[in-house]
Amino acid sequence: MSPVSSVRLQSVSKSYGDHRAVVDFSLEVAQGEFLVLLGPSGCGKTTTLRMIAGFVEPSAGRILFGDRDVTDLPPYRRNTGLVFQGYALFPHLTVFENVAFGLRMRRLEREVVERRTQEALRLVRLDGFGERMPRQLSGGQQQRVALARALAIEPEILLLDEPLSNLDAKLREEVRVEIRQLQRRLGLTTVMVTHDQSEALSVADRLVVMSGGEIQQIGTQRELYNAPANQFVASFIGRTNFFAGAMTEPRRFRTESGLEISVAAAAARERLLAIRPERVRLGSANGAANSFAGTVEFVSYLGATTEYVIRLASGDAIAVEAHNDRADGLEPLAVGSQIRVAWDADACQLIS
Amino acid sequence: MASAAAVASVLRKRWRRYALRTAAGACFAVMLLPIFFVCWLSFFKNEILSFPPEGYTLRWFTALWLQPQFADGFLTSLEVAVLAMLGGLAVGVPASLALVRSELPLREALNTLLLSPLVVPGIVIGTSLYFFLIDVELATDLPLTGSMVGLVFGHVLVTIPWTVRLIAVNLHGIDRAIEEAAMNLGADRLRTLLKVTLPVIRPGVVAAALFSFVVSFGNLELSLFLVSPGETTLPIAILQYLEWKIDPTIAAVSLIQIAIIAAAMAATNRFVRLSQVV
Repeated sequence: MSPVSSVRLQSVSKSYGDHRAVVDFSLEVAQGEFLVLLGPSGCGKTTTLRMIAGFVEPSAGRILFGDRDVTDLPPYRRNTGLVFQGYALFPHLTVFENVAFGLRMRRLEREVVERRTQEALRLVRLDGFGERMPRQLSGGQQQRVALARALAIEPEILLLDEPLSNLDAKLREEVRVEIRQLQRRLGLTTVMVTHDQSEALSVADRLVVMSGGEIQQIGTQRELYNAPANQFVASFIGRTNFFAGAMTEPRRFRTESGLEISVAAAAARERLLAIRPERVRLGSANGAANSFAGTVEFVSYLGATTEYVIRLASGDAIAVEAHNDRADGLEPLAVGSQIRVAWDADACQLIS
Repeated sequence: MASAAAVASVLRKRWRRYALRTAAGACFAVMLLPIFFVCWLSFFKNEILSFPPEGYTLRWFTALWLQPQFADGFLTSLEVAVLAMLGGLAVGVPASLALVRSELPLREALNTLLLSPLVVPGIVIGTSLYFFLIDVELATDLPLTGSMVGLVFGHVLVTIPWTVRLIAVNLHGIDRAIEEAAMNLGADRLRTLLKVTLPVIRPGVVAAALFSFVVSFGNLELSLFLVSPGETTLPIAILQYLEWKIDPTIAAVSLIQIAIIAAAMAATNRFVRLSQVV
């Protein structure tokens, strides 16, 4: 394997006329790291990926692979391996020739091409499929051919553009585990783009949450979930309950609807309080700092968990996720039941 | 009441189906009847066309061998059509690439311009080309009027709308990501074109070649102005023959021409499914 590189983006921007697709994007992806760019469509994540691959020229900023500035290099001189959303297999070539394409472009010797193509096919468990045409393969197999084709050239950086979005749900989980294992085993520096947060959380070493062309937060799954930098991140990663209001005294937050909530942090300026549904308990306060009465408004039984929406006396609705894991656990509550909800002070996240 | 409504609905559906079939049948008849009659006529025994035929014969076909203007015309037409086809592709492939792939500011205008030979009557193109070639010849001393070069040039002109249209439609249909994939794997623009784009649009190119051939082979209006003295293409030979005589010879010639073009289409269709492209 050729040495994998780190990737550095230094204040990279891309504008299309008045539209700013990516704004002042700075990031470093370490060697062997799996980084995921996550955000809704139109957030600039794909543009960023395409700038790394060389298909989009940045309006400003530099892109470095290791210490090498590649900003002005065309895609075919960058040595990245890109897996496209629709796979983009060459329809007129066999699976073998698809995978061998990059090696042939590098004018390697016949035996080398042969050997490395077979290796790549074996890596994605498609040895024996070399003579098939792409259209004769299932979606999952085509996806693996695309991956093998990107890996065969031993790229410095592996780029994945929504690689799982065309697969059905079951296959998607299998393939993402497979991609993650391969990436670890080969130690590939990888940048993946997705709009699917569960996909992102399950594979990434680190995530970049983007919106409106800007980085909202960079961090590990834990950091994003437990300390979201803003409302966008808090609502995009997992689900959460928001309360608008203000700190009235240290460790006390008063919502606009009049709830007095004890919080663990002493911060003063924040105007928004977030509480994750799984941190809210149903029933007695049991020593929790916050406890309120309410009425069950909506119940959704999901097997491992049951989701409730409870309407509090203050008029606020709060989503609660209860684990169905105890024998003494509650029977699913009926809509209209009166119930108390409770949560600890440290369940409250203050968001600016 | 309900059953009466159901019967009415069934009748209406049936009526619609018959109407559709009748219309389709009429269209096919309009298109195919002339060809059918040409084929039939070519076997009539009587010299002066009349119905019903007095009998059938193959002598119009054997008589063709004795009239060299048809064989000569056929060879000239073949030569011109092949050259025009190649010329049409040489212009059509790059032109459609530019139209579809680049971000030229005047793309729409260029597109219309390239299609214009379809709109202008052939006889007008023929006349204007003739005068144009005379002017160029006067200015440069190149022998263009009445030369093969001038004739092929004119024919290339009328094949361009076909090649550009067919190839551009094909190009529109392919996923740009395929070309990006090639570049990502290390192919520069030229190699991407040669190894990926052209092979993928092959059906369009083959169809374009076939149509240019057919359009050129059957062209009369341009050739009338551009052939060199003493030389004829097949359509001109037919026209000249018709000025003096109307007998089944022409039908025999036409039958051979129809057979050749049909064979070319059938052969092409084995290669690429024409119905998918056109």
